[in-house]
Amino acid sequence: MSSLSGRTAVAGIGATEFSKESGRSELQLAAEAVFAALDDAGLSPSDVDGMVTYTQDSNDEIAVAREVGIGDLSFFSRVHYGGGAACGTVLHAAMAVATGAAEVVVCYRAFNERSGRRFGQPNARLSGEPSSQGLEMSWHVPYGLITPAAWVAMFARRYMHQYGVTSEDFGRVAVAMRRHASTNPAAWFYGRPITLAEHQASKWIVDPLHLLDCCQESDGAVALVVTTTERARDLRRSPAVIAAAAQGSGSGQMMMTSYYRDDMSGLPEMGVVGRKLWEKSGLSPSEIQTAIIYDHFTPFVLNQLEELGFCGHGEAKDFIQDGGIEIDGHLPVNPHGGQLGEAYIHGMNGIAEAVRQIRGTAVNQVAGVQNVLVTAGTGVPTSGLILSQG
Amino acid sequence: MTDLRDHLMALVDKAVAAGEGPRLAAPHPVNDTMISHWTEAMGDRNPLYTGPEAVAPPAMIQVWSMEGLRREPAAELRRPVDDVFEALDEAGYTGVVATNCEHTYHRYLAMGEKLTSSTRLLDTVGPKRTALGEGYFVTWNVTWYSGDEPVAEMMFRLLKFRPIEKVSREPYPLTPAVNGDTRFFWDGVRQGELRIQKCGACGELRHPPGPVCPSCRSAERTHIVAGGTGTVYSYVVHHHPAVPGRETPFVVAVVELPEGVRMVGNIVQYPIEDVYVGMPVRVTYQEMDDELTLPMWVPTQEEV
Repeated sequence: MSSLSGRTAVAGIGATEFSKESGRSELQLAAEAVFAALDDAGLSPSDVDGMVTYTQDSNDEIAVAREVGIGDLSFFSRVHYGGGAACGTVLHAAMAVATGAAEVVVCYRAFNERSGRRFGQPNARLSGEPSSQGLEMSWHVPYGLITPAAWVAMFARRYMHQYGVTSEDFGRVAVAMRRHASTNPAAWFYGRPITLAEHQASKWIVDPLHLLDCCQESDGAVALVVTTTERARDLRRSPAVIAAAAQGSGSGQMMMTSYYRDDMSGLPEMGVVGRKLWEKSGLSPSEIQTAIIYDHFTPFVLNQLEELGFCGHGEAKDFIQDGGIEIDGHLPVNPHGGQLGEAYIHGMNGIAEAVRQIRGTAVNQVAGVQNVLVTAGTGVPTSGLILSQG
Repeated sequence: MTDLRDHLMALVDKAVAAGEGPRLAAPHPVNDTMISHWTEAMGDRNPLYTGPEAVAPPAMIQVWSMEGLRREPAAELRRPVDDVFEALDEAGYTGVVATNCEHTYHRYLAMGEKLTSSTRLLDTVGPKRTALGEGYFVTWNVTWYSGDEPVAEMMFRLLKFRPIEKVSREPYPLTPAVNGDTRFFWDGVRQGELRIQKCGACGELRHPPGPVCPSCRSAERTHIVAGGTGTVYSYVVHHHPAVPGRETPFVVAVVELPEGVRMVGNIVQYPIEDVYVGMPVRVTYQEMDDELTLPMWVPTQEEV
């Protein structure tokens, strides 16, 4: 079987502004991001023959295609499980391109997540239907365990108990992300760094999570263009080669509430992703110069560093000490400020940042970037990818 | 409403103007057997009520004219208040509660006296708002006669009210989806049982439950009833945002059961700041509305 590694690349990235109230429909945001990504790649809508988005996206591929002027599509697919879909969209696109199912595939995510439907608000309908997910939610929602912050907090408490991790350790992640965002003009929190004391003083959302452990809610859209590495080399930008991409689900997997596994202090689904990424890319953690680690809530940044092998289980609190994941640390994480600092675009903005780091065009550029690892939403079935210089 | 009141007051005026209704004969004469039963039931040992010279206890007056269980009042013996009661019943004032009863006794009654009684409506006041519902206070007088001599009187007042619609509890908004794979659990908590799915073939316990045993592929399902104790494995304190049907802050925990499964539930009846990982708890049940009961957890006695 031929490997996917190196055969496809991200040739273009595009985004809208990130705001709290876009003032436009989600479909318009999607169209704007796709236009921007195609312009960035130097391609036209008529070059596109494939589209991938999240099952949660409210803009159908055909609707976006109509707005943008994309004609015939020979490939379209959706990736499930909320923000866990992010890198999965690139995997699907890369597979389609590598197999010839399509030649130019656009991945996109667009929403008014702040001014429209807010994921952080309780939604009693989550347990309303006896679908497999509705039944799964029904063991939790009736008890008021109904928000993403609460689902994650349950893992966080156990993780703290097991490894002696503190709220301040989580706070160091928030401080790092806000530091990075403070020098990124595209970030919502541009020019607004925080201190650890401010993190500790911020109100409880779901104890043990403070307000500043939770990512923001944003309106905006991001799109990516995936094509063959060969074709990408002839386009406007230098390609960000897809060295590996993978999805991951673990034993006993649930949607945010995998509390019934023997060990509740890890994210085994990210372990699945990590093993696949290292195996397929032939790379190791020491060869990653910067990582985009999905940061909807601070605790899972620590878990991911462990699952991906950047440090051992229970060691992330030491790994992030003394600015370890800050721009001048041993592994700069989310130089754009992540979802805590830049914007919450369901992880898609992180992939765009990884592309900029490979190109060497990021506002907070890490020196000598050869390979960037990116992850997607955690606590859910997830995904990841490694982009490399091509 | 005004129409009803006008109609009612016209009936009231007519009934009041009609004065006393027909005299109804008591079914039995004043007798020592009935007196003996009554004094025994009331614990009244007054010697006046026994012996050859016995008189009837005055408070027994209503007893003599009581209708039997199979009352079949003849149409010609309708009392003046009956029209008023019927009109109120028809208008939905079907509830009845007695509010006042005052007796006046003119003399003692001797054995063998045959009584008659007669009713006249005094007044009807309303509509009034009451805790039971809106209603009318109806007051009438009964006079008992021995021959033509009035021997006792009673003023009686009752409230005829329109019962407040029985409001069921506000439905709890966070309801679980239930299907054939999970119904046994929710039926269990309603009956005060914490049920754990048990594979009918290999015996493996499993929570949350599912249709097929992942160990042996059997779809034959049964359950055990958990002992009801557990240990807090992890927990959160929810502060924000507001959750429908819940007052913040509240505690949700993952509880590990000695049977070997974990369940999510609320920790209740305990100071939030004192909850900890490893805390022993036992199950309790809380009715959330008319349909849903949830298992909840309280710290075990030894810990409090």
